[in-house]
Amino acid sequence: MKHEIVEKNLGLMIILIILTISGGFLVEVLPLFFLKQTNEPIEGLEPYSALELEGRDIYIREGCHVCHTQQIRPFRAETERYGHYSVAGEFVYDRPFLWGSKRTGPDLARVGGRYSDAWQRQHLYDPRSVVPESNMPAFPWLFEDRVDHTQTAAKLETLQTLGVPYTDEQIANAAEQVKGKFEIEALVAYLQQLGTVISEKR
Amino acid sequence: MSTFWSIWISVIVLGTVFGCVWLLWATRKSQTTDTETDRTMGHSFDGIEEYDNPLPKWWFYLFMATCVFALGYLALYPGLGNFKGLLGWTSQNQWEQEVQQAEARYGELYAQYGSTPVEELAKIEDALKMGQRLFANNCAVCHGSAARGAIGFPNLTDDAWLYGGTPQDILHTLNNGRQGNMPAKGTMPGMTNEQVDQVVNYVLSFSGRARDEAAAEAGKQVFAQACVACHGADAKGNQAVGAPNLTDDAWLYGSTYDWIRETVLHGRQNQMPAQSERLSQDQIQILAAYVYSLSN
Repeated sequence: MKHEIVEKNLGLMIILIILTISGGFLVEVLPLFFLKQTNEPIEGLEPYSALELEGRDIYIREGCHVCHTQQIRPFRAETERYGHYSVAGEFVYDRPFLWGSKRTGPDLARVGGRYSDAWQRQHLYDPRSVVPESNMPAFPWLFEDRVDHTQTAAKLETLQTLGVPYTDEQIANAAEQVKGKFEIEALVAYLQQLGTVISEKR
Repeated sequence: MSTFWSIWISVIVLGTVFGCVWLLWATRKSQTTDTETDRTMGHSFDGIEEYDNPLPKWWFYLFMATCVFALGYLALYPGLGNFKGLLGWTSQNQWEQEVQQAEARYGELYAQYGSTPVEELAKIEDALKMGQRLFANNCAVCHGSAARGAIGFPNLTDDAWLYGGTPQDILHTLNNGRQGNMPAKGTMPGMTNEQVDQVVNYVLSFSGRARDEAAAEAGKQVFAQACVACHGADAKGNQAVGAPNLTDDAWLYGSTYDWIRETVLHGRQNQMPAQSERLSQDQIQILAAYVYSLSN
């Protein structure tokens, strides 16, 4: 066979290129769509409450995922510090997932219940007041702004369409549950449930 | 993983590896001589021609070696669907091994102090050093590296204890955490603003700082109705429910008129997170001894 055949037949070259670059996807990604481990929630996992979901959107809006990962790898150094390593079934209701890729700050996959609500508020209002060496920005506006409740029901509905088991009742009550809440309440509610389904360390 | 996906993965992976080998062989130029540079691709643009040299041998064999490496890797490690690999490696058992090694190395260090009573442990220097490290890693974020606390986070070096400072109390706090809850306006939801002012003055009067003596006097009645259930008639608090002593000079949320008014108006909610799932019992014992040693 000669290079020429491929190099002078564009159609053939395109097909071969597509085949080549899709190999990784076909092997590493496609089967995951159908695997039990990646599609079934672990026991006890509940969809986010309306308030937690709004908190999650604030987490995304403020870019928390840029500096914080939510994925504990199965290394002792990580499980000692953060708790049980993350498993795929914890993330089935996460759309999109917030695993992140860079740790400027610590991993948050199991930060839920680790600190008190008061600490979370204090830390988000002025990180240096509780962790002097912290380089995290402060988020004082979360304490002034209220959660936008007008889109909450629509968000839950969208997730329901995607397969998250929200009941119609939950969707109907969604706006009511977040109405008038400060953004900080939503964010702390989200943070305090992170990773709490698997709590044992060992 | 179902058999279908297992086969799917294996076929594509192996197909890719052998496809690479085939492509390398099939497109290989004659290797008879390394210096054969007189042959060209046969096209010429503005007099510029392109040599048609074979791939250098070392390069060709390096390519081949990567394919051989890939096959060896796939034989040893799990890469082909449900095939577990000859080494039986998983990320989980690697983690378990790491943990076991650490347990064998450090477990004894903790275990030697795990059953020593807290009071005695608090006199052993090595144990306290370990306790200090544990404290720095797990507690300092809230209580501060010197354990002096901050607003909302108790100072552990003084004699004021919300839930008691005996070894048993400290162990209980560490294991199970604490839920602090002061309702807004205590047990008197209908408290008027005037009554709030009075009760705050009354609380300040314990330390001789009342702004308004008359209001403080009136506040006694309000206190009796709204606060004694938890803080007691003598305002010395109740460690069973975590109600602080209001007559000492330790203040979790600030001792000024404005701070106390805020506390009365809106109540206070606070938690100490439970540590029993994060730390081993031996570690908690050592930590309790360190905390105990700070004020004893």
